[in-house]
Amino acid sequence: MTIETGRRSGVGESVLRPDGTLKVTGEFAYASDLWLDGMLWGATLRSPHPSAWIRSVDIGPALAMPGVFAALTHRNVPGEKSYGLEHRDQPVLAVDEVRYQGEPVALVAADHPETARRAAAAIVVEYEPREAVVDPMRAAFDPDCPAVHPNGNLVRHQPVRVGDVGAAATGAEVVVTGEYEVGMQDQAFLGPESGLAVPAEDGGVDLYIATQWLHVDRDQIAPCLGLPPGKVRLSLAGVGGAFGAREDLSMQIHASMLALRTGRPVKMVYGREESFLGHVHRHPARMRYEHGATLDGRLVYVKAEIVLDGGAYRSSTPAVVGNAASLGVGPYEVADIEIDAYGVYTNNPPCGAMRGFGAVQACYAYESQMDRLAEACGLSPVEIRTRNAVSQGSRIATGQLIDTPAPLAEMLAEIAAMPLPEPVAVQADLRLLPGGVSQTTHGEGVRRGVGYAVGLKNICFSEGFDDYSTAQVRLESLAGEPHVLVHTAAAEVGQGLVTVQAQIARTELGVDRVTVAPADTTVGSAGSSSASRQSYVTGGAVKTACEAVRQRLDAMRAEHPGLSLDELLERFGPIEETREYRHRPTVPMDPVTGQGDTHTQLALCVHRAVVDVDVELGLVKVVELAAVQDVGKILNPLALEGQIHGGSAQGLGLALMEEIQVRDGRVLNPSFTDYLIPTILDMPPMRLSILENPDPHAPYGLRGAGEPPTLSSTPAVAAAVRAATGLPLTRVPIRPEDIALTPASIS
Amino acid sequence: MDFLRARTWAEALELKAERPEATPIQGGTDVMVEINLDRGRPAALLDLNTVGELAGWSREGEWIRVGAGVTYARLIDELGEVLPGLAQASRTVGSPQIRNRGTLAGNLGAASPAGDGHPPLLASGAVVEAESVRGVRLIPIARFYTGVKRNALAPDELIRAVRVPTAAGPQYFSKVGTRNAMVIAVCSFAIALHPENRRVGTGIGSAAPTPLRAVAAEAFLAGELDWTLGRAGGSALDPEVAARFAELVAGAAAPIDDVRGRAAYRSHALAVMARRTLGWAWHDYLRAGRGAR
Repeated sequence: MTIETGRRSGVGESVLRPDGTLKVTGEFAYASDLWLDGMLWGATLRSPHPSAWIRSVDIGPALAMPGVFAALTHRNVPGEKSYGLEHRDQPVLAVDEVRYQGEPVALVAADHPETARRAAAAIVVEYEPREAVVDPMRAAFDPDCPAVHPNGNLVRHQPVRVGDVGAAATGAEVVVTGEYEVGMQDQAFLGPESGLAVPAEDGGVDLYIATQWLHVDRDQIAPCLGLPPGKVRLSLAGVGGAFGAREDLSMQIHASMLALRTGRPVKMVYGREESFLGHVHRHPARMRYEHGATLDGRLVYVKAEIVLDGGAYRSSTPAVVGNAASLGVGPYEVADIEIDAYGVYTNNPPCGAMRGFGAVQACYAYESQMDRLAEACGLSPVEIRTRNAVSQGSRIATGQLIDTPAPLAEMLAEIAAMPLPEPVAVQADLRLLPGGVSQTTHGEGVRRGVGYAVGLKNICFSEGFDDYSTAQVRLESLAGEPHVLVHTAAAEVGQGLVTVQAQIARTELGVDRVTVAPADTTVGSAGSSSASRQSYVTGGAVKTACEAVRQRLDAMRAEHPGLSLDELLERFGPIEETREYRHRPTVPMDPVTGQGDTHTQLALCVHRAVVDVDVELGLVKVVELAAVQDVGKILNPLALEGQIHGGSAQGLGLALMEEIQVRDGRVLNPSFTDYLIPTILDMPPMRLSILENPDPHAPYGLRGAGEPPTLSSTPAVAAAVRAATGLPLTRVPIRPEDIALTPASIS
Repeated sequence: MDFLRARTWAEALELKAERPEATPIQGGTDVMVEINLDRGRPAALLDLNTVGELAGWSREGEWIRVGAGVTYARLIDELGEVLPGLAQASRTVGSPQIRNRGTLAGNLGAASPAGDGHPPLLASGAVVEAESVRGVRLIPIARFYTGVKRNALAPDELIRAVRVPTAAGPQYFSKVGTRNAMVIAVCSFAIALHPENRRVGTGIGSAAPTPLRAVAAEAFLAGELDWTLGRAGGSALDPEVAARFAELVAGAAAPIDDVRGRAAYRSHALAVMARRTLGWAWHDYLRAGRGAR
C-alpha cells in the first residue's frame, strides 16, 4: 500500500500542533480558566473515612453562611442516584455509607471559591466508621472478608486455559517462579478536574468540561439529572492531560446539579490534593507467575495468577482484568497456558483506566520472569526473548491469530545492535550521576546495568465493544478559496489529535485550508480518547467522510470538467458528509477458557534501559532509554516521538518513583511534593527506531502508538537496576531502601 | 487574613511588634504553599519584599552577613567560593524558579527539619541575627532550632540576616532524595573542616525533629584527623576512622518512618553520606596543602 504523503502539512509531516506555543507561553485556556460573569463556585465535601456508615448530614451550617447559594446531598440528585462507566455502582453523592476516602458526600455553591470551601467544611456529617477492606488478596480469596458491595468483592475473574499445563509441566526442564507487585500509579495530569455548568433556558444544561469522551459523560450525566440526553450538551474545554484519569466522571454531575438548582453558571475546579482523591488510579497488582521451558529456553507453559485492586467502585476494572488476562503471557509463543486474573472491590481508592490499562502490570511480571528464565537457561535477555518471540501467524494467549506484521525478533535484534552509551567519566558533572546535584556520590558505589523488555498492547476497545467514531466533513468555498471544516466529538487531551485530523483532511481532499471545529455533542460520538485508538478510529472516520466528500466532488467534476474546484463549490454550494467508522469487530473472552478474537489490533514496543545505580544509597540515574516500536504508518513524526518519549517516561516513573502510598485505605501523599514524577534530570535522552509495517485493516496501515511504550519501559528499567545490583527487585516502584538495605548489594 | 507591607526595616520591626502573629513572607515558596493547601492560615502576612536593606550581603571580616532577602540563586552565583557548603545546599533547593524566589531566611523561619539550608549552617557555625524593636539578638545556629517547625525567634522578632563564617577549609553538602532533582530531602548531611582550629563541623537534616549537629562525631573526628601537612603532604584518611565517624553521625540522628523513607534507610544513608563527604573533604584538604607549598 502506498500513500501520497507529499502534500504539505498532510499525513506523514511533522505539522506543529496549534496549542503548542500557547501551552509553552502559558496562554492556553484550560478548563480551570473558564469564566462567566455571575458564576458561582462549587465545592465538594468528601469522606475522611475509607469505610463508614453515614448517620446524619446537616447542611444547615453551610446554608447559614453568607454567599452560599446551595448545599446538596444525595436527596437532591434529581434522577438516578448512581453512575458508572460499565456499571452504575457509584453514587453521585454518598447514600448512607461511604466506601473510600474522598468519596463525595455533599456539594456547595457559593459566590467565592473560598466561601464554597468553608461552607463545605461547615457541613456536619456524623460517620460511624467500620472495618475497611484494604487487602486485595483477602478481598479476592477470603470468604469471611466483609463485602464492600452487596454482591461480594469479586468484580471479574477471567481465566485463560490453553492446552494442559499440568501435563506440560512434567515436560519442562527449567521452571522459574516469581511473585511480583506493582504499586498504585497515578496519571499525574497537571490540569486538575474542572468544568463550568451553565443552566439553559430549555431546562437543560450546557457543560464545558475537560474529559476524554464527551458522549459517555453525557450518557452518565443525563439520567442522574433526570434529563433526556438531548438536554445535556457538552463541549470540550481545554484539557491538561488525561492518561485515563478523565474516563470516569468527576465533577460533571455535581456542577450540573448546582447549576440547575441555583439557576446560575457553576464552576468547579479541584485543588491538587482533591484531585488525587477525585480520580481513579492505575490498579495495584499482586502477581504470581510460573514459567516452564526447555533447557534451550523455549517456553513450554505459563501459569499465572493476577490480582488487581479495583478499589471501592467498578469503573473499568472488568476491562482491565480482560487485558491483564488476554495479554498475560506477552508477545511469546506458548503452547500451554493457565491464567487467572481477578479484579476485586476494596475500600482503597477506586482504580480504573490508566495508559497501558492492565497490560502494564502483567508486562512487568512476565518480563521479570523472562529475565529469570534467561538466567536459568544461561541465555542473554535478548536471546530468550528472540527464541520465543511471536511473529505474524502466531497466536496469543486467547488463541487469536496475529494476522498483521509483528516482527518482534527483528525489533530485538535492532535494539540489541544499537551502540551502548559510554561510561560516565570520573570527573563527571553531578547531573550525570545518581542523585544529581544533591551530590550523594562522585562515582562511589555506582554500577551500570542494562535491561531489555518487550510489551504487547491491544489497540482500540476490545471484547465485543461497539467501538466507532463519527466525523462530519464539509468542503466549501470561503473567501474565494476551498476550505475544509472537520467536526468530531473526539477529545484532544494533548495527544495531538486535532493536528492529525487536519493532516488527514489535507491529504484526502488536497486542500490546504482546514479547520477542526471544537469538539462537542452536536455531532455523533467519537468514542474515547483512550486505548491508543483515536488516530485509528476518529482518523478513520475523518478519512472515510473525506472520501465520501471526494466521491461527490469527483462526480461533479465529471459533469463539469471545465470548472475549477472553487468554481464548483461556488456554483453548487458546500459538500458535507458525515460518516461513522468502525474497526473490525471483536468478541468477548470466553468466560471459561478466555479464548476468542477479542482484540482488533495488537502493537509491540521494545525497550533497552541503561542505568547507573548507586548501590549503597539505592539511587538510580537512567542513562539512556532506547525504543523500537512498530507503528504501521507514521502520521506525524514529531508528535509520535513525543508520544513515545512520554509513554516511556511514565513507565520509568512507575519503575523508580511513582506511587500513591495507601495505608489503611488512606492516601498518604496526595501532592506533587511527595508523589514524584520524573523530571528532565530523571528522564534520559532516547534513541528511537520507528518501524512502519502496515496493518492493512487500519487507516493508512497505522497502529495505535500512545500506550505500548508505557508497558515495556517499566520492566526494562527494573531489569537494568537488577543487572546493576544483582537483586531480585520484585516490586515497582523500586525504592532506594529496596536496594540499599538489602545486604547482597553491598559487597 | 490581613496583608501588611513594610517599606523599611524599621517599619517592618514596628509592624511585627504590633502584630506578632503576622507571618513574614518574601519568596513565598513555603508560606504560599501552606496557604494554598489550607494548612494553618496565618492571621496576617508581613511582606518584606519591599524592604531593600534585606536584599544584600556583605563581608565583615571573616564573616559573610547574608541579608534575609538574599535568594538561593544569589547564594549559588555570588557566594559559592566563600560559602561552598551553603551554595551546594542551595543548588539542591526546588527548581530554578524556586531558587530565584526562595530565601535562606525563609528556610530558617519555617524551620522544617527537611530545609536544605540548615545542615551547612550548622556545620559552619553560623549565627542568626534576629531583630525587634527591642534590639538585635545574635542566636548561634545550633540553638536556633527548638522543635518541629519551631525556632528560637521571639514573637516580635524578625530575621535580619544570617552571619556565616567564610570557609577556611573544605565543605560538602549531600542530600538523598528519591528523584534526581526538585525533591525534598529524605535526609541530608553537611561537613565543614575548620583547619584553623582543627575542628570539624557537621549538620544533619531531615533525620530528627530538628536539624542538628553530630557533636560526638565532630569531636571524635577532630581528634583522629592528622591535621599536619608535613613534607609528605599529610596522611590519607584511615578507613576505620571514616567508618567510625559515619557510625557516630548516624547515631546522632533520631529518624522516623514516614512517606519519604524509613528510619533504617535514613540512618544507613546518613552514614554513607558522612563517609563519602569526609573522604571528599579530606582529599581537598590534602590537595590544598600540597598546593600551598
